[in-house]
Amino acid sequence: MTQILIPGCSIPSAMSLFQRKDVMHELAIAQSIITAVDGEVARQSLPPVTRIVVRVGALSDIVPDALVFNFEAITQDTQFAQTKLVIEEVDVKAHCKACGHKFAIENLFFLCPKCDSGQVEVTQGEELHIAYLEVDDFN
Amino acid sequence: MPRQIPLKEKLTSENDRLAAQIREQLQQHEIFALNFVSSPGSGKTSLLEKTIAALGNSLEIGLIAGDVQTENDAERLTRAGGRMVRPIVTGGACHLDAKMITRVLSEFNLETLDLLFIENVGNLVCPSSFDLGEDMKVVLISTTEGDDKPLKYPGMFRRSSVMVVNKIDLLGTSDFDLERVKKHARQINADLDILELSCRTGDGLDTWLQWLQRRVRKNRPIVA
Repeated sequence: MTQILIPGCSIPSAMSLFQRKDVMHELAIAQSIITAVDGEVARQSLPPVTRIVVRVGALSDIVPDALVFNFEAITQDTQFAQTKLVIEEVDVKAHCKACGHKFAIENLFFLCPKCDSGQVEVTQGEELHIAYLEVDDFN
Repeated sequence: MPRQIPLKEKLTSENDRLAAQIREQLQQHEIFALNFVSSPGSGKTSLLEKTIAALGNSLEIGLIAGDVQTENDAERLTRAGGRMVRPIVTGGACHLDAKMITRVLSEFNLETLDLLFIENVGNLVCPSSFDLGEDMKVVLISTTEGDDKPLKYPGMFRRSSVMVVNKIDLLGTSDFDLERVKKHARQINADLDILELSCRTGDGLDTWLQWLQRRVRKNRPIVA
């Protein structure tokens, strides 16, 4: 079995990686991406997928580099070996329910910079989804 | 020509799916579950020992004690009077995940359980990303640690519902600024409940125990 070192959290050993698919979010997410895209390719009889664009919010706990690394590791020798995984990172934005002010969240400070209220609603930054695929039509 | 195919597919991990199953199972059995997280040495095991000693006779408390190595914490909880204690030795992993909880949960009698306490691995980073199906996370911080913990590990304080400040008997012996910690924690999470106590002297424990008892769902008379 090929030994793959995955960056991120401590992993007991590379050997046990494939029995412990739950250990890393990024590996599990990479697998979800492949399952979803694979299903769509079959359903629409799509030509080869060149790019998969995934939106990752800063609050999603996903490390983009680790996601790409895992994706590349598990797509070797598959129909997605040439597919590029593109990550669009989404910043955290919020809106204050007390005064209506809209602002960007930095350093996870969830207080309204204008009125100091904690009644803050996150409007973006929790995303974790596939946005679209790109396929190459040869005709 | 490249062609774009929209695909609005939400991605969830295997862990989130399992955690949702655990949550449903616990709610069906009216069990209130807490996931205790902190740095090593903040007093998670001590707080659980005190809690078992105070409530163990009137409530059925299940305990899952996670550790990287050894079952020391589980043994401490059993000695403190815990009747249903299950250790999880992660063997190197720095956090508990939902699959580990699913595995040990089958060893508990959920029909009788009122409370389930999960003591996570001492670590303020990774455990915040792994939902275990709990109702709430309780983050502990002790007065012998740096008082900038909320700012350094905002993810954990953001996802916790309660912050317990332990070792308040030692306030004044270090530079730990309690008001600063509270202010920073609330900047990250305005809804955070904050409790101050000392497991060693027992100060503030009553407030914690009352907080806990209010959340028990099974209709059971509380024996003093």
